[in-house]
Amino acid sequence: MWGRLSADALPVYSIVAAAAAGIAVLGVLAVIVLLTVTHRWTWLWREWLTSLNHRRIGIMYVIVALVMLLRAFIEALLIRVQQAIAYDSGGFLPTEHFAQLFTTHGSIMIFFVLMPFLTGMINVVLPLQIGARDLAFPWLNAIGLWLTTAGAALVMTSLVLGRFSTGGWSGYPNYTGAIVSPGVGPDYWIWALTLAGIGSTVAGINFIATIWKLRAPGMTLMRMPLFCWTALCTSLLIVFAFPALTVATSLLWLDRTFGFHFFTQTDGGNMMQFVNLFWLWGHPEVYILILPAFGAFSEVIATFSQKKVFGYASLVFATMAIGVLSFTVWLHHFFTMGASPNVNAFFGIMTMVIAVPTGVKVYDWLFTLYRGRLRFDTPMLYAIGFLVTFVIGGVTGVLLAIPPVDYTVHNSVFLIAHFHNMLIPGSLFGMFAAFNFWFPKAVGFRLDDAWGRRGFWFWLTGFYAAFMPLYLLGMMGMSRRLERYSHPGWQPWLVLAAFGVVLIAAGVVCQVIQLYVSWRDREALRDATGDPWDGRALEWSVASPPPEWNFAVRPRVRSRDAFHESKVEGLAYPDPGRDAYRDIFVPRNSGLAVAIGWAAYVLAFAAVWRIGWLAALGLAASVLLVIWRSFQTGTTERIPAQTLYDYDRGRREALMRLVPGGEIMHGAAASGARP
Amino acid sequence: MTNPFAARLRRNAPAWPPDAGPAANLAGFAVKRMHAVAASFRKRGEPAGRSGLAALAFVLVGAASLPVAAAPIPLIQTNGPIALEQARLMRDALLLMAIVVLPVFVLAGTFVWRYRRSRQATYRPDWSFSLPLELAIWGIPTCIVIALGFLVWTRTHSLDPYAQAGPGSVLEVQAIATDWKWVFLYPGLGVATVNELVVPADRPFRIALTSDTVMNAFFIPGLGGQIFAMAGMRTQINLRATSPAEMWGRNMQFSGNGFYGQEFRVRVVGAQGFDAWRQHARAAGGQLTRAAYGALVKQQATAPVTTYARFDPGLFDEVIAKYRTEPHR
Ligand code: HEM
Ligand SMILES: [Cu+2]
Repeated sequence: MWGRLSADALPVYSIVAAAAAGIAVLGVLAVIVLLTVTHRWTWLWREWLTSLNHRRIGIMYVIVALVMLLRAFIEALLIRVQQAIAYDSGGFLPTEHFAQLFTTHGSIMIFFVLMPFLTGMINVVLPLQIGARDLAFPWLNAIGLWLTTAGAALVMTSLVLGRFSTGGWSGYPNYTGAIVSPGVGPDYWIWALTLAGIGSTVAGINFIATIWKLRAPGMTLMRMPLFCWTALCTSLLIVFAFPALTVATSLLWLDRTFGFHFFTQTDGGNMMQFVNLFWLWGHPEVYILILPAFGAFSEVIATFSQKKVFGYASLVFATMAIGVLSFTVWLHHFFTMGASPNVNAFFGIMTMVIAVPTGVKVYDWLFTLYRGRLRFDTPMLYAIGFLVTFVIGGVTGVLLAIPPVDYTVHNSVFLIAHFHNMLIPGSLFGMFAAFNFWFPKAVGFRLDDAWGRRGFWFWLTGFYAAFMPLYLLGMMGMSRRLERYSHPGWQPWLVLAAFGVVLIAAGVVCQVIQLYVSWRDREALRDATGDPWDGRALEWSVASPPPEWNFAVRPRVRSRDAFHESKVEGLAYPDPGRDAYRDIFVPRNSGLAVAIGWAAYVLAFAAVWRIGWLAALGLAASVLLVIWRSFQTGTTERIPAQTLYDYDRGRREALMRLVPGGEIMHGAAASGARP
Repeated sequence: MTNPFAARLRRNAPAWPPDAGPAANLAGFAVKRMHAVAASFRKRGEPAGRSGLAALAFVLVGAASLPVAAAPIPLIQTNGPIALEQARLMRDALLLMAIVVLPVFVLAGTFVWRYRRSRQATYRPDWSFSLPLELAIWGIPTCIVIALGFLVWTRTHSLDPYAQAGPGSVLEVQAIATDWKWVFLYPGLGVATVNELVVPADRPFRIALTSDTVMNAFFIPGLGGQIFAMAGMRTQINLRATSPAEMWGRNMQFSGNGFYGQEFRVRVVGAQGFDAWRQHARAAGGQLTRAAYGALVKQQATAPVTTYARFDPGLFDEVIAKYRTEPHR
């Protein structure tokens, strides 16, 4: 009846695991109690969960990312403490639990922190930047969110019921095959990735369609803000790369569950095929993670240098070149497989070729600073920190691309240092910059800058302390994924690395305080004009937060940096006249997407535990719900032209009051908002 | 809770690269204290109030053991031509990249300083294009990548792990990765070992690799290279050591609970020493029969260094063949 599920599934094998399970359960209970006591259930359902509005969905994505970041970070902390004390001793973590920790840490950081973070930011920003009222497919957007959330929920479930995979975030068979890992762990991993992967794929499709079809009149591709270009490129990569992952994990699931032989050791299976498929997705994935951050940095650096971005065309071309090339290098993840030198050298050189457009971008950003008027608000600090730190990761990346060098550091903590050096200052700092930059737009008030800056400095210094020693340790021959070791010379460096993570923890605390302080002082921090940074692209022309329809009359775009130019011309908030207003339609809320997400969760959970009837139920429910949706009518709501007109007139009047002299010109709105 | 393997490694001092073992004892008390606390953690039901002590010990270890940090870096202090070439290659690539990377630090520092708002330096908000600059920022990295590409092409070929490592008659070794130890067979000599690789200095050797478990990665820091060992497949790595030394190697690909201990000793000895070792191994007795091998693999544990006078010929190929089955019909 309950498949493999029994009382044995409870995490009594390690006190740390039991405590984590306890915290997870208590956390969920606390949220439930809080919502009940404050009578917020209806509000939550009406305003948020069922919303199809791109901004609200984006915010929910980011919330998922932040919650999961907290968990994955705590896991990193545990790993670091373990390694700091585990010289010649077992440390405090049982061996198997340690392996689960690096697996969940890596998988969560990639699938449930960075992916939802960047999807959320694109969701919030993209339609506003291209002058669209929403994404092309709002309901599909909600499905993406709820599938991703279901995947995250599945990973959280594994804290309480059963154990997660120990096969690392890359989950190579035959370690993850049925013979070596018969438990539920790899199945949790497979299904979490599959749900998140499908969620990401539909999000990618949606973004591409939106950029292709919904740009405002006059917004040619070459007038798009750079963040939109990177969103486009990332989405293309998602759509082309993710199917490879979904296929790989599905085949692995067939192997495990029904005795197929795709990747088995015997009977003609070949695990290197999995490795191929995995990295065929995996390498583009690292660019999927980093490109939106590049886009955010482009916006941030231009805005806080108060000048045009240098080399727009170069940046666009470099972005697209990176996108194409990213599919030609996957073999560098297994140079040590024993391929011929021709093959290895080819892929090594292709990998280096990608370094060219990446280097070009760095220089373009640098020259954007040149002769600017630099303001060092939190987003800009992250951008500068990124520029300087990221190149170090780039250098070690090129080293890893040289096959004979890779032979000596592959699978070592040198590699760990390298990709954290790309993903933390690159991707994660990019998301932090984007978060601080666009928070006022999404929520309506700015984030406290002092706490933001403190958080930044802790993250930056902590990053160096935590990861620079790993380069050295890698050169000392220290393998990754080591639970303990017998080389005394390693320990001091690992202690230093652990200290670095303590610094990062202080940064995380600052960020939590920043959120609290900003919420407490939200009236003082309110963004009344909608343009708190003297922004350049269209998103700053609308109110913060924007109305449900974003633009009552779609803007006409005549140049890059459209909003900035219109401010210079004194036409920032034009009055199009009553006749320009027409009724518009916005999507009605729909609970179906939530239901489909949870049906998918049930399906995945049942597949993990092999509960046939429940899996059938989950599958049937998801399919039937999709069919049901196709019969629904009246899924949009009309907003009359008069309402739109009144709203816009009210906003224009409010802006007049805010800016002395009643004239809105370059920078005036911004200085009006900043005391 | 200590790793039996580590104890074994240390007993064989002087290790190579020279371990900073004694210096670690500076941390003496703190280490012991910390381990006790950690152990009690593992045993569940840890008495309260200990974590403060653990934290204190943690800091003490950090401070007291800093001298140990000067531990050797096998990737730089190499003991073989392959590793040496790999280290040089790394250095050359770093130097080449410095041409494009150092300016980033300099420019970032300068621009951040000069153009901060409070300094009111020259301000050109519309400057966004410069052909010479564009040509330079595309051109210079391209040239460097071409140079690096040349290095990659030539060195990937000259350092091919499948090519014999320099002149001389090749010593053939076969290595089988198992859970969680390494079995080494010397087909030419007829002897076998577990967790110890003995090779003569200044003579090329070739290790044929396979795995009797999940994927492993064979690596000897300081000698060079790393190659996967996979069930049902045969890969190889060619190496050469310069001078006699005690070294170590390990599996680098996570393979389960015993992974951390999957290290083996590498002894590089002179030509005479090698002969002596072979005779010693011959005389010591012990046979790695199929049955003995099977029992060893089944143990799923690390193992002490063992030497066998003989092994069943064909063992290596049989291990490969074991996984080359056809699908059932
Ligand atoms: C926030 C600070 C972070 C810290 C302190 C940290 C720390 C660590 C540590 C200690 C490991 C294990 C290294 C080992 O195997 O020896 C690890 C692995 C990993 N981390 Fe992080 N990490 C951080 C952020 C991230 C981020 C942002 C990502 C983004 C994708 C990430 C992705 C990974 C991956 C993929 C692995 C490999 C897991 C595996 O071995 O399968 N980490 N990290
Ligand atoms: Cu890659």
